[in-house]
Amino acid sequence: MSYSFDFSFLANHGEMILHGIRVTLILITVGAALGLLTAVACNWLRMFAPAPVRALVTLYVEFIRNTPFLIQLFFIFFGLPRIGLSMSETTAAVLAMSINLGAYGTEILRAGLQATTTGQWEAGLSLGMSRNQTFWRVALVPALQKMWAPLSSQIVIVMLGSATVSQIAVADLTYAANLIQSRTFRAFEIYFVVTAIYILLAALVRLVLQLVGRHLLGTRHMP
Amino acid sequence: MTIQTIKAALLGLTLAVAPTLAAADALENIGKAGVLRVAVPEDFAPYGMMGPDLKPVGYDVDVAGYVADKLGARLELVPVGGANRIPALQTDKVDLIISVLGKNAEREAVIDFANAYGVLNNSLFAEAGAAITGPADLSGKSISVLRGGIADTLLTAAAPADATIKRYEDENSNTQAFLSGQVDAIATGDLIINALVARNPARVPVEKFILNTSPLYVGVKKGETALASRVNEIIAEMITDGTLEGISQKWLGRSIPATF
Repeated sequence: MSYSFDFSFLANHGEMILHGIRVTLILITVGAALGLLTAVACNWLRMFAPAPVRALVTLYVEFIRNTPFLIQLFFIFFGLPRIGLSMSETTAAVLAMSINLGAYGTEILRAGLQATTTGQWEAGLSLGMSRNQTFWRVALVPALQKMWAPLSSQIVIVMLGSATVSQIAVADLTYAANLIQSRTFRAFEIYFVVTAIYILLAALVRLVLQLVGRHLLGTRHMP
Repeated sequence: MTIQTIKAALLGLTLAVAPTLAAADALENIGKAGVLRVAVPEDFAPYGMMGPDLKPVGYDVDVAGYVADKLGARLELVPVGGANRIPALQTDKVDLIISVLGKNAEREAVIDFANAYGVLNNSLFAEAGAAITGPADLSGKSISVLRGGIADTLLTAAAPADATIKRYEDENSNTQAFLSGQVDAIATGDLIINALVARNPARVPVEKFILNTSPLYVGVKKGETALASRVNEIIAEMITDGTLEGISQKWLGRSIPATF
């Protein structure tokens, strides 16, 4: 093999990579939190809001699930400023990730809620709880428990997909990798290192979600 | 007949024809035919584009017209894209390339270059009202640039430490970042900006300072030294008699570089 490997760029550009890791972690933390809240809110609206609002929720979910993430991101970052809604690239990235995760999360959580049997709903109602109280106190937690594994997977997918936000110059891990690549031309080395970092980050996110599930939801199974 | 014999025959033919071609003098041929065929940009405003009557117009077209006049030949314009400029010259479809052609080692190996007749700049652009006259004024500003391009390298070296450089993956995102107001300034080639301004954007980028300049040359077929030196004389005349300045003002709205 005539190619000689050179990992010396790590010494000069380590700070850039660390900054990229920090940005990616912040994006996924905020994005996951807002996305999950959106998913819960959308399911609540689907059960209790008037028909036009329910239709809007369905429109949102289907719209997001049937368009590319990159286009959603470009629309928010390049499109919205034209109608006066300007935001920084980091805000745009978090917003795009939350909206995207929210739509997929809504569908995942809906499956969990549907799996909550009619008997449980009736039990809640017969205890004098309103349908609203039954949603929050009886149905939601078991639904989240059942669906915590697929929700965790979806969060990891969104985190890996967040590589796309480098396209609007968010200084995430992929942005750092691309920048270092165009400075040093060490494509193999830099993408090798960054791939490994992404694997570690995905494992870390899964571990954190597993702990969150165990402590907040009482899930016993591995997500 | 086998493939080998065909190949051998073709090789023999090429060897037999090559010396005759090389011996022919392009300048003499242009004089005899009374026609100068020039490759001009088909879609590269404002250097060459189709006018309202579907005839090419632009900076390069005007330069080609002047050269043809001086050679006493009728001008025949051959609109070409970027990739087929050099093949058009090599296969004798044109006598000259005047089509935003820059010089590099690969091109110098296959064609000759006469002198420069224009320049392309990489510059910094911002809104007309922005108080930016040099790199120091970029302090605290955000600037978009194409990642890994020449403008990126130059801007990164020139900009003060507290300027924020946003690097985009392609020119489209780069210009969109400026147009949508996500950055204060943009560093790119003036061609990109010219094409943009032609579409009347809401936020108009104006040149603030030049990052670097790359000359545009007239391309001549390899070995046509007589034609190349005649073209050089014509370009020199064009600079001294003010024609080139007029063309530059007309199409680019600026003077030719002082180095000319």
